[in-house]
Amino acid sequence: MTLLSTKGLSKSFDGLEAVSSVDFELPAGQIRALIGPNGAGKTTFVSLICGRLAPTSGTVTFDGYDITVLPAHERIQRGIAYTFQITSIFPGLSARENIALAARRFLKGAQVTEVVEATIDKVGLLGRADQTAGDLAYGHKRLLEIGMGLAQNPRLLILDEPTQGLSDGEIEAFKELIRDLADQATILLIEHNMKVVMATANKISVLDGGRMLAEGTPEEIQNNFAVQTAYLGRDDA
Amino acid sequence: MKVVGLHIGLLAVLFALQFVLPAYHHGNLARIMVLASYAIGYNILFGYTGLLSLGHALFFAAGMYGMGLGIQHFDLPAAPALIAGVVSAALVSGGLALLALRTTGVAFMIVTLMFAQAGYLTILYFGEWTRGDEGFVIAQSARMIAGIDLSDPTNRYFAALILFSICLVVCLWLIRSPFGKTLIAIRENEERVTMLGYSTFAHKLGAMVVSGTLSGTAGATYGLLFGYAGASFASVQYSIFPLLWVLLGGAGTVLGPFVGTLFMFYLIDLSSGITSAYMLIAGVVLVLLTLFAPQGLMGELRRRFWKGLP
Ligand SMILES: Nc1ncnc2c1ncn2[C@@H]1O[C@H](COP(=O)(O)OP(=O)(O)O)[C@@H](O)[C@H]1O
Ligand SMILES: [Mg+2]
Repeated sequence: MTLLSTKGLSKSFDGLEAVSSVDFELPAGQIRALIGPNGAGKTTFVSLICGRLAPTSGTVTFDGYDITVLPAHERIQRGIAYTFQITSIFPGLSARENIALAARRFLKGAQVTEVVEATIDKVGLLGRADQTAGDLAYGHKRLLEIGMGLAQNPRLLILDEPTQGLSDGEIEAFKELIRDLADQATILLIEHNMKVVMATANKISVLDGGRMLAEGTPEEIQNNFAVQTAYLGRDDA
Repeated sequence: MKVVGLHIGLLAVLFALQFVLPAYHHGNLARIMVLASYAIGYNILFGYTGLLSLGHALFFAAGMYGMGLGIQHFDLPAAPALIAGVVSAALVSGGLALLALRTTGVAFMIVTLMFAQAGYLTILYFGEWTRGDEGFVIAQSARMIAGIDLSDPTNRYFAALILFSICLVVCLWLIRSPFGKTLIAIRENEERVTMLGYSTFAHKLGAMVVSGTLSGTAGATYGLLFGYAGASFASVQYSIFPLLWVLLGGAGTVLGPFVGTLFMFYLIDLSSGITSAYMLIAGVVLVLLTLFAPQGLMGELRRRFWKGLP
């Protein structure tokens, strides 16, 4: 079953076409990596999916419904969660309250507490839950951001470069987390770290210059010449 | 527990003061409690939701005139007139919210300011009904609820205390509710709240209606307790006052509005007793406070001593 699809999805920023007529299909239950060089349009593409940006043209279909005209919060309510590339937390509130806000939208009372405590444990912030989020170290803010995504118990979790700024140990834990999550949620993972991609993704999509350059299994993508010249061969990979 | 204790403690002290204060301060405190209720309403939008309105006098006046005109022209008894005031403030704040919440930041400030000014001019325009600038006195005979004469100082003090208690409890309850916690989150990072699946528009609308309704309830009560309604209460000055009180006392703290109102009232009262240049003294103290306690008195207290203070 297809959970998410886009047809002819495009976005221009005064003249610059950041996303260019992308057709995309994501079956339920898959872990899909979205890779591509800096400026390829990855963040813009997922922003069109979750509603942070409105497309110039094209459609987004989620779970059989055309959600193209829905405002962002209604898309989230349907089960899409987005974690920001540039950390977007509530700096003045405790880490625990940050996660609670994610859970409280659809849960009440003791259920919130249960999900919050479990999520804090999962992302490894156990000893830091009472700290003010703005005072956390950069890596811990990233983990908090991921936790806010998880706590929503989404059907589709979009992670925008989640491992940026994490330590090696934290990256290992993150891979575990993603594998554990695979049977509950579909995951769209934007990721620069190819080790993480190879260890987690079932399938990879490559975006370059706003266009979908290639799609395939990790092996296929690794062997694909066009991808190598566009992306894998470069230093920023 | 400590938190609930603190607020109940304050209300108990205010209750007890009634029996010991000399008449002059007794009257002042009644007035301060009503104005602090207005500031509590303002603080819900400004301090907790992070929306700076420059038009709250419109809501204060909507309450005051909803009540006052009801008594003056429709011969309503005090209690239904009070309700009319509350309802008109709720309607006016809902209406303005629908318009003003399409904007943010400076534009929001300007739109609220503009509409409040339009409200002020409307009161002047319908001078035949409102008696414009001069205003009108609400007769003592009309200021009775259940046989209790609200013009009597003791009764007036209790009425003010009841209003203040209601506003304080509503505020405390609101900010500890899921709805209120979402408002605080909007203040912290609105885009994130949207991306957690909340309608920030609906939440801000709710905040503005609660804020405007509390402000209007204070306005209606003010008119009833002190027996007068006038256009000056709808002027820009009355939009700036609650902002000042809240900033001084501590934006986003439950007790800040009361502390700020009390402080400002007595600052002006005392300095005007010393010199005719009392605004100068008041100004200097305000500047010092913004320098050394930029988060307001209660905000500073929270930062230094009591992190969990709501
Ligand atoms: N809000 C914006 N306004 C103008 N240009 C933008 C905006 N967001 C992204 N872009 C441009 O669109 C292109 C794609 O950016 P982005 O989606 O962030 O790439 P990626 O996430 O793949 O690094 C870049 O050239 C970027 O400069
Ligand atoms: Mg990006």
